[in-house]
Amino acid sequence: MRVMHHRAVGLGYIAISVVAVLLGTVLSLLMRLHLSWPAWKLPLHGLILPEEYLALVTMHGTIMLFFVLTVAPQSGFGNLILPAQIGSRKMAFPRLNAASMYLTAVALAVLVAAFFVPQGAPISGWTAYPPLSASPLAGPGQGDGMDVWLAAIVMFAVASTASGINTLTTIVKLRAEGMTWERLPLTVWGWFTAALLSVLAFSVLMAAIVMLLCDRHLHTGFFLPAQDLINGVMLGHTGDSSPLLWLHLFWFFGHPEVYIAILPGMGLTSMVLANFARRKVFAYRLMIATTLLIGFLGILVWGHHMFVAGLNPFAGSAFAISTMAIALPASAKVLSWLATVWRSRPQLTTPMLFALGFVSLFVAGGLTGPILAQPILDEYLHNTFFVVAHFHLIMAMAGIFGLCCATYYWFPLIFRRQLSEPLGKVHFGLTIFGAYSTFLPMHLTGLAGEPRQYAQLNGIAGPGTALLQTTTPLQLHITFSALFLACAQLPFLYNVLRTALLPPTAVENPWNATTMEWAPNALEETSPEPLMAYRGPCQYSDDAATFIAQWQPDEASTPHLE
Amino acid sequence: MAPTITPPEIDRRRPPGDIRENDNGSGRRPPTDKRTGGNGEGDNWNDRPQGRRGPRERLSQVRVGVFFGLFAVLMFFIAIVSAFFVTKSNGHFDAYSRYINDWLPTAIPSILWLNTAVLIVSSASAELARRSMFQEQDVMDEWLGLGRPTSRRATLWLSITLALGIVFLSGQVVAWKQLAAQQRYRGNPSSHFFYLITYAHAAHLLIGVGALVAALVGLHRSRRMLTRQILVDATVWYWHAMGVLWLLLFALLEFGQ
Repeated sequence: MRVMHHRAVGLGYIAISVVAVLLGTVLSLLMRLHLSWPAWKLPLHGLILPEEYLALVTMHGTIMLFFVLTVAPQSGFGNLILPAQIGSRKMAFPRLNAASMYLTAVALAVLVAAFFVPQGAPISGWTAYPPLSASPLAGPGQGDGMDVWLAAIVMFAVASTASGINTLTTIVKLRAEGMTWERLPLTVWGWFTAALLSVLAFSVLMAAIVMLLCDRHLHTGFFLPAQDLINGVMLGHTGDSSPLLWLHLFWFFGHPEVYIAILPGMGLTSMVLANFARRKVFAYRLMIATTLLIGFLGILVWGHHMFVAGLNPFAGSAFAISTMAIALPASAKVLSWLATVWRSRPQLTTPMLFALGFVSLFVAGGLTGPILAQPILDEYLHNTFFVVAHFHLIMAMAGIFGLCCATYYWFPLIFRRQLSEPLGKVHFGLTIFGAYSTFLPMHLTGLAGEPRQYAQLNGIAGPGTALLQTTTPLQLHITFSALFLACAQLPFLYNVLRTALLPPTAVENPWNATTMEWAPNALEETSPEPLMAYRGPCQYSDDAATFIAQWQPDEASTPHLE
Repeated sequence: MAPTITPPEIDRRRPPGDIRENDNGSGRRPPTDKRTGGNGEGDNWNDRPQGRRGPRERLSQVRVGVFFGLFAVLMFFIAIVSAFFVTKSNGHFDAYSRYINDWLPTAIPSILWLNTAVLIVSSASAELARRSMFQEQDVMDEWLGLGRPTSRRATLWLSITLALGIVFLSGQVVAWKQLAAQQRYRGNPSSHFFYLITYAHAAHLLIGVGALVAALVGLHRSRRMLTRQILVDATVWYWHAMGVLWLLLFALLEFGQ
């Protein structure tokens, strides 16, 4: 039974993410080193060949997006914190929960195994566009590697769907007494919306993968045009369809997927900003509505990934409009974050700094969103580093800042030890500097026309050389910044190890938080005392000196007793 | 504070002895809170904290889980069916600038009508099994230790469902063979979709068969009434959903080609 407890499951998910993030970071650094010094030889391996570079791109994207940005915030912290935050002592289906966690771990192992099958990992990116993903003829890695990759993604999709079902049922059915929908912390709303999106999106991905596997092994043509040639060989399939169909199905999943990655972070940012500004979240109900609205609009915008893929231009306009509509709820969120801390006296603790960093990265990455949402601009920018900069700032870096914020914020709750604040602030300072220093210059190289997913950018003959020579210094800067960003995590690592060796401290609610997970008996597995919520979160006195938590009985309603 | 339509439980419940005298001019309220639903003092499950309100709570929790799971299954089939429509209307221009649409509507084997009827009957017997698990008289008998009337009846109906489910699946196999024997549709996208849709549905129904077997085993093994009710209830709702899904898919294959 111990392994089925939601906190054990949550820590299991976090462990999966830690392994994945280390691996993904190493892969990204290899890419950077190769881009800057194409002749550099990886020790014990040798030169990084173009196809190996593409395999690195594929595996970095897959590992980071699925096993870090989806697993850690949604499943990891979702399991660790969510039940306590709604005043429950368990998840709805503990066995299913544990099974999903183990399946996710197996999926990661299978995914990594793709490196070791003959001809190595697939080279078609995390989006696996056919026809190149539909045939082993398309290049090394598109044979066994691709099959292994698809198997891993199917396992991950099954696990995520099951985990989403579990999260939704828990939130719908296991809220404590008094925990009405309006009193739910915004983190729970983030998890709820993200879980809805998981249940909705991952099945579509699975359907697409089933069809792709049919194309690969049963000679159907669900995603292949008639008489398609790959590398001069005609594919032996029947039927006449279009790879665009895969793009539609994939991005119908893929776009909600990036919201699954970021919505929990948005909710946490709201709550952490309010907690350290000692203010109510500005426009609480509107924030609930915008969370749901971002989730809803997120399902309607997939076409903006396909502007240059041969999408009907009229459809492109429709998708451009729905995409720009997302700016409305997203801006409302930013305004609420700003209004919450505006002219307060925030305590600049480490979690607060990371939450502010999240806001900053969300704004910086979000501002390029409306640019890329316009088909005519996207046509120029789509295959350049500009897009890489956009999604790394708004999804990857903001997501990582959300995770750091969650770690610093909830570490005392889970381990009864507090991470060192000075070290945390150093970590924050170095990380935000490294993040901007790495990804901001990519906008410039992208605007200059530097293509993404190219294995080599310098030292090649031809007309592109002159263009790319102008961006080489910036590329070098980006590589050094990426190395710096990776090293900036060392203080964090040291901080965690150092704190793990300290004796536990008895401080129960070090951040003076108002949400249920900090209630004195909230984390006990079995307790005769049921948890009850008496009010919404974030109730502070006007002078910010005192607060009243969600679990504290209402003084005003009891005097009727006499 | 925002208005709430139903006051939350915590606001409704009063400490013992607290009789509110909110005289609003329309006479006094009766001294008891009618909203709790009566029963003897202290014996009302609604007065207990959430999570301890009796077996019904666990049952509805599982139902909600099954509902979300079925939502995921529905999305799976929506994706395939949209691909069906896209491919159906897809074409290309050949070397002579002629528009070519390869779609040749598959005339589906007529045994599918029979299979559909079998599946509808199996759903009916599944529903009888589910209802028999909640017959008040029988549940009470069983609770008192007077045999296991609910399980006995449910076992009968579920076995019939299981048999009919297997008949349906065998019928599908016959249909696949019949279609494969007709060379006419070989390699046509419409037959690819026929196989994809029917195989995907059969795979999902196979999960239902597994659930039926699990429910039948549970009916014999499990001692708790609640566990048995949940097993049968969840299985039957899943079975119904697969039945309705089949009706939609069958209509698509028969009339939508």
